[in-house]
Amino acid sequence: MSSAINNQVKLLLNGDRAALARVLTEVENDTPAGRHALDVLFAHTGRAHVLGVTGAPGTGKSSLVNQLAYLYRHPSGAEPAQRVAIIAVDPSSPFSGGAILGDRIRMRDLAGDPGVFIRSMASRGAMGGLAHKTLEFAQVFDAAGFDVVIVETVGAGQAEVEIASLAHTVLVVETPGLGDDIQAIKAGILEIADILVVNKADLPGAEKAVHALRAMLELARPGCMYAGEHALESAAMASAVEARQNGWSVPVVPAIAVQPGGTEQLFQEVQKHLDYLRVSGEWQLREQDRLQRMLFETVRDTLEARWRVIVPEQKLQQVLEDVKRRHLSISEAVQILLPKETKL
Amino acid sequence: MERKIRVIIAKPGLDGHDRGAKVVARALRDAGMEVIYTGLRQTAEMIADAALQEDVDAVGLSILSGAHMSLVPRVLEMLRQNGQGNVPVFVGGIIPEADAKKLLEVGVCAVYGPGAPTSKTIEDIRQAVEGKACPAQ
Repeated sequence: MSSAINNQVKLLLNGDRAALARVLTEVENDTPAGRHALDVLFAHTGRAHVLGVTGAPGTGKSSLVNQLAYLYRHPSGAEPAQRVAIIAVDPSSPFSGGAILGDRIRMRDLAGDPGVFIRSMASRGAMGGLAHKTLEFAQVFDAAGFDVVIVETVGAGQAEVEIASLAHTVLVVETPGLGDDIQAIKAGILEIADILVVNKADLPGAEKAVHALRAMLELARPGCMYAGEHALESAAMASAVEARQNGWSVPVVPAIAVQPGGTEQLFQEVQKHLDYLRVSGEWQLREQDRLQRMLFETVRDTLEARWRVIVPEQKLQQVLEDVKRRHLSISEAVQILLPKETKL
Repeated sequence: MERKIRVIIAKPGLDGHDRGAKVVARALRDAGMEVIYTGLRQTAEMIADAALQEDVDAVGLSILSGAHMSLVPRVLEMLRQNGQGNVPVFVGGIIPEADAKKLLEVGVCAVYGPGAPTSKTIEDIRQAVEGKACPAQ
């Protein structure tokens, strides 16, 4: 590998911001230099607290991230200020492939602070609320010595739950008026929350939203069993939730991101969750989950790439044609293109 | 994979008219570029710092306040200090011809006035990012 990228990596590890920015670009574009940088940097990862912030568009995620980062930079007590990296993901257009990345607009309080690094990222066709390389970005920031990496997802609906496998602490942001109590018990995004935030808590209906979310959490906890046949179902559900949350009870925290002091309580809860992760051993568990997922994904991508090399183009086109005419199903096509005895 | 062009669109100084900046941002998006939009009232330092963190391929400045002769050279200077002196800078707004000429002399790649077609801007940015000369040179 060329010495240019090694030099950039060395500069990055010494705190050079320009080198950090360039390495991120190489990683994002999945270049050989970018992959090499990740290999070298991997040994330096595993320290940063990765915080995920997700929720519907317009719930105030960027403003919350701005405030939280500010609190990390200006702690009230005697604790030292933490270095904060922010990865802000916005959607790419499915038509042109372009994107407007506008999360920085809400983060002007952080401008000029050398302890903060904000990088915007287009999703580039990835589903699930993140971009393909968001996890790798978090690793680069981790290696560069940032204490906290905040990942803001694409404005998410109900099923964009990728962030759960990336972050140590997931904040799901709601606002008053987003839905009734049935929305609150649907599966999906609310289930991945370590902390539920009701932002814009100065708006009417905020208390109702907080109550609805608390009631939803109550349903999943033991100690509020129903009588008769419901008891079993509820107990099974409760133990599943318990196992995942392993003793952490998800708080519902009101916040006002645009008001000074409006996110202090949230900030405290994030600190509490970090303490919990460390004490309970959950930190290691999530770390292991994440590394395993990365390994599996990489194996899958590698196998696919190798298969693409060995499959004859003509045969591929012919099978595709048969699929198009509905002479073959997709799984029959796979058996032809990837017979059991294939050596990859 | 084709490399995406990343552009920052910023409004330095104090004027609050961002329609032009938004029109250009939208046009660049539709041309397949990734546009980092910073919003209003940015200092030269803020713009250069954002350009560095985002590792952009081009910088677009929109100014309608008349302060372009002090703001633009300052942004160019900050970019240079950050080692991004080679990143092409484009300026749009109400810029008198004599000023536009001076801005091109100090290193701006192109200046666009009212009614300039966005297709021209898109083409100019593509050319400059590919390392070709700026249209005025």
